[in-house]
Amino acid sequence: MTQLALVIDLNVCVGCHACVTSCKEWNTSGEAGPMVDKYAYGENPTGTFFNRVQSFEIGTYPQTETVHFPKSCLHCEEPPCVPVCPTGASYKREEDGIVLVDYDKCIGCKYCSWACPYGAREIDEKQRVMKKCTLCVDRIYDEALPVSERKPACVMSCPTSARLFGDVHDENSEVSKAIRERAGYQLMPEWGTKPANHYLPRRKTEIKIHKDELERVDNPLSKEERLRHNEPGKGPSLDDMSNW
Amino acid sequence: MKNIPVVVETEGVEVKTTTCYMCACRCGIKVTVKDGEVRYIQGNPNHPLNKGVLCAKGASGIMKQYSPARLTKPLLRKPGTERGAGEFEEISWDKAYGIMEERLGKLREEDPKKFALFTGRDQMQALTGMFAKQFGTPNYAAHGGFCSVNMAAGMIYTIGGSFWEFGGPDLERSKLFFMIGTAEDHHSNPMKVELSKFKRNGGRFIAINPVRTGYAAIADEWVPIKPGTDGALLLAIIREIIKLGMYDRDFLVNYTNSAELIDITTDSHNEGMFIRNDEPVEEGCFDPQNKYWWDRVKDEAVAMRKEGVDPFLTGEFELEDGTPCKPAFQLLKERVEAYTPEWAEGITGIDADTIRRLAHEMGIVARDQKIELPIQWTDAWGKDHDKVIGNPVSFHSMRGLAAHSNGFQTIRALSILMTLLGTIDRPGGFRHKAPFPRPIPPCPKPPTGWGDVKPNTPLNGMPLGWPAGPDDLFVDDDGEAIRLDKGFSWEYPLSVHGLMHNAITNAWRGDPYPIDTLMLFMANMAWNSSMNTTEVRKMLVDKDEEGEYKIPFIIVADAYHSETVDFGDLILPDTSYLERHDAMSMLDRPISEYDGPVDAVRIPVLPPKGECKPFQDVIVELGSRLKLPTFTDENGKRKFKDYRDLVINFETAPGSGIGFLAGWRGKSGEKSMKGEPNPNQWEMYKKNDCVFHYEMPKSFQYMRNWNRGYLHWAQEHNMIRYDEPINIHVYSEILQKFRLAAQGKTEGRQPPDRLRKRVETYFDPLPFHYEPLESQLTDTQKYPLNALTQRPMAMYHSWDSQNAWLRQIHTHNYLFVSPILGRNNGFEDGDWVWVESMHGKVRCMCRFSESLEPGTVWTWNAIGKASGSWGLDAKANESNKGFLLNHVISEELPPHDAGDHVSNSDPVTGQAGWYDVRVRVYKAGDNEASHTLPRFDTVKPLPGMEKKRRNKWQGYVAGKFRKTLGRSGGLK
Repeated sequence: MTQLALVIDLNVCVGCHACVTSCKEWNTSGEAGPMVDKYAYGENPTGTFFNRVQSFEIGTYPQTETVHFPKSCLHCEEPPCVPVCPTGASYKREEDGIVLVDYDKCIGCKYCSWACPYGAREIDEKQRVMKKCTLCVDRIYDEALPVSERKPACVMSCPTSARLFGDVHDENSEVSKAIRERAGYQLMPEWGTKPANHYLPRRKTEIKIHKDELERVDNPLSKEERLRHNEPGKGPSLDDMSNW
Repeated sequence: MKNIPVVVETEGVEVKTTTCYMCACRCGIKVTVKDGEVRYIQGNPNHPLNKGVLCAKGASGIMKQYSPARLTKPLLRKPGTERGAGEFEEISWDKAYGIMEERLGKLREEDPKKFALFTGRDQMQALTGMFAKQFGTPNYAAHGGFCSVNMAAGMIYTIGGSFWEFGGPDLERSKLFFMIGTAEDHHSNPMKVELSKFKRNGGRFIAINPVRTGYAAIADEWVPIKPGTDGALLLAIIREIIKLGMYDRDFLVNYTNSAELIDITTDSHNEGMFIRNDEPVEEGCFDPQNKYWWDRVKDEAVAMRKEGVDPFLTGEFELEDGTPCKPAFQLLKERVEAYTPEWAEGITGIDADTIRRLAHEMGIVARDQKIELPIQWTDAWGKDHDKVIGNPVSFHSMRGLAAHSNGFQTIRALSILMTLLGTIDRPGGFRHKAPFPRPIPPCPKPPTGWGDVKPNTPLNGMPLGWPAGPDDLFVDDDGEAIRLDKGFSWEYPLSVHGLMHNAITNAWRGDPYPIDTLMLFMANMAWNSSMNTTEVRKMLVDKDEEGEYKIPFIIVADAYHSETVDFGDLILPDTSYLERHDAMSMLDRPISEYDGPVDAVRIPVLPPKGECKPFQDVIVELGSRLKLPTFTDENGKRKFKDYRDLVINFETAPGSGIGFLAGWRGKSGEKSMKGEPNPNQWEMYKKNDCVFHYEMPKSFQYMRNWNRGYLHWAQEHNMIRYDEPINIHVYSEILQKFRLAAQGKTEGRQPPDRLRKRVETYFDPLPFHYEPLESQLTDTQKYPLNALTQRPMAMYHSWDSQNAWLRQIHTHNYLFVSPILGRNNGFEDGDWVWVESMHGKVRCMCRFSESLEPGTVWTWNAIGKASGSWGLDAKANESNKGFLLNHVISEELPPHDAGDHVSNSDPVTGQAGWYDVRVRVYKAGDNEASHTLPRFDTVKPLPGMEKKRRNKWQGYVAGKFRKTLGRSGGLK
């Protein structure tokens, strides 16, 4: 069974927010839209975003890491938001594992957002329905789009290609390979939600310097030594004494 | 329940390509337009620059297009009202043109220098610079002087190229990459694309920066450094590289002036100059090969590059005539002798062992991980090579090094380090982008005296050029400045991008002279683009004793209600980037790639809003009305209908075949780079995604300073005047010429006495480190901290951080401080504090951060806005919690021996020393209000802007803001 998901590579994510606004840009005019903004030009503007980047620091100076952590609905295989929904508005699609909300059935009770341990759902305060990432379900099957563009908007825009998209149940897929080979992990697996989205950790590349690499025989400094021509010796030498 | 109809994407939908302008990157975009409104903007996968990706700004272009801050009508300050009061009346374009034609026409006829044109964007200089030159005013510049001119000048005067538009790190093949200082906003998307590939390929990335933000977040190692001390670090690394013999000797001998002999006779006009033979020099040759080496084997001076000769790089020698001399490299070696890692540790805060290790990593990777590409090429001296060699260590740097008053020499040190490692225009190192490399220095020269500025006559020379010695300065007989901003004077001799940051102050003071009309395009000089913002705002409205404004007339061209608009007398509404034609031209700053020239265009995807006109069309119209030579024929008849027409038909000289665009030239578009105007050139760009990419043969893609094939090709296509090798200036004889003049050792132009010591000190032909000028003049006991600014990624280089979506990411800024600073000074995370310099103080909120060098405080720049501007409510966070650090940064240094009003800038290039300010931070009083200070009176929306502030709720659906949002919809 197919389970579509995002695999997000924290090793290259620079926190640029391209995924945040490209998501909003596509989806506000798409089938999951509109994505409203409150006080768009006023005090404390706040709007609906399906995807946000959280940035935080780890450690104390100078051993500090700055982490950028993009987060959206993780499309759990055991989504806690679905069984709690009193109207059946929240549901998980059989065919591709995407978790969606039927706005017609949603009554905005927020049970699902309380049940979601990841804080991935956003209530649209104006429409009073729950909204969230759809993995751009209105793009990925759109045959009017070139095949290369049948991807979520965030994946297409990401400048560091930190966002991989595919079927995590297909062991030959790019995402499965990345999870397998680059220590992909799930968020809070102890909750038993089996999030489909995975994250790839930071990795450090270091260079080991060997002592014998610091000075070598082909060191160009040797070319700077003066080519010396000694004056003829003044005292006695072997030349004065030998009898060959 | 009412359903929101499912958006049907096929009816009335069109996809058009153009070029983004949400920042200065200029990515290719595809714009989906539905029923004439923007549905979606995505990166163009076929574009060489961004390859389909887009950033947060690019994806928020819709909110720029539909911003309530947009101006739509030409406006004139109401008669009888005060400038700055925001009282305007709508006028017609005809009237606006009439006003400008009359005023500027008179100035051109009487005293052209009284018209000053300064533009915030330096990617349109091919047109704006041409207009200024044709008008005849010397007073023109773009924003480079307060941005990164040190990076351009420091590198171009050393290696003939620089970063960003001019060149960059070859991350495709690099193994070790250093990013020094904040540099992310220059070439941001391409850098992100390459950086992630680099990391995935196993490259090691080291970030050297006082602050761990930006791309430093994903660095393998972060090396915190004290601001303004990078020169000390680089010089100590150079010392270590030389000491251990880790330099690329072959590269230094063959491609730089390292082995060339320098006269070290003291007290002579030749002191510090290369010894030259008397062979005649070809006319116009910029770097004649008439110097000497010292032959290692024969132990005698020989003509440089003599076949079979291997020269000494070190030592002291004597010519037959008794002249003492040393190779340039020997002088560099002597220079860095005292710059030990221990010395640098005390200045930079980086421990000596780390400095040594950084040098070792660079040296070992460059030497032991050599790349050899099987590419045949021929060097400028005719020698064939069967491979291209690369030493895979690369660097990127921009404002972090540049925006200090010691930046030029720091960047010289960086360029020399890159050279020692043998990385210039080689795989895995630094690579040029066409039309670079240029001769050192590039050929265009500024005018040289008052004789070059005449009424009704174009300026004799380029408003901005590249001096090669004191004779190229633009000064009067007393050696004093001719330009309003004092560019190319002895105060800032190599100010190749001008000093826009001093234009208003100088005009206000009337020093060197008062002007009449100041025209600003896309330059927010009443806010974040000025140093000393509070005072500059006062200068803009200040009057003389007769009650006349000290700057009599100000024209502002802008697409938005920026803070500067209210200070204009005449306001010209510009279009958005989706509504205009534009050329990213070879004559300007194109978007070339390492493999060859690339230029691009914008083609409107929407009609102009209201009565907006593209500024380019305004310039063409004005040029035609004023009958400027380029814009009219000998009978005064207009040559170009509009900018679109000019781009096609303009040639640099009649029949030159060189114009704004390099692609699809020739009558039917069959030629590249050079060819007759093509009437269908725009259509051909349109068919090709608005971009032209000329991929050169592999043999022309490397070693271009010395690559005969490339240099011939570049000359044949008029990209370069001479096909001579461009040898790297490890030692800068150009700087020495200025120094000799300052020392009174040469005939000819001499600096005024007050500047002799300054020029002698800072025009050192070899890099050195000195404390930034402002620090030298500050009581650093009282103001111990360094204060910096950066821009956040969602707003790099952006012109509209009021954007409805982007402002939700950064709606106000904090002053980031070390918790140690807070603990020692009695304030907590989130407290209101004062940040104070010797120039002024700002009240703001602080945030504790562990990712900064503890002696540094910093903030996001240009998040703070003046109340009511940019279409924001008076209550908007930007003007209440957001703040601008500019209020504590001065555009001038305190009076000192070089003068009372010397710019707070690099003494070589005039680069604004934004990052030199020293501050202290203390807790705001418990009784103080919780908002930022200084604050300014709320400005009101202008005529032609949206009358009504937007609703509490805004929901955008493909060009329509839904007034009634139903409760239903969603995915079934």
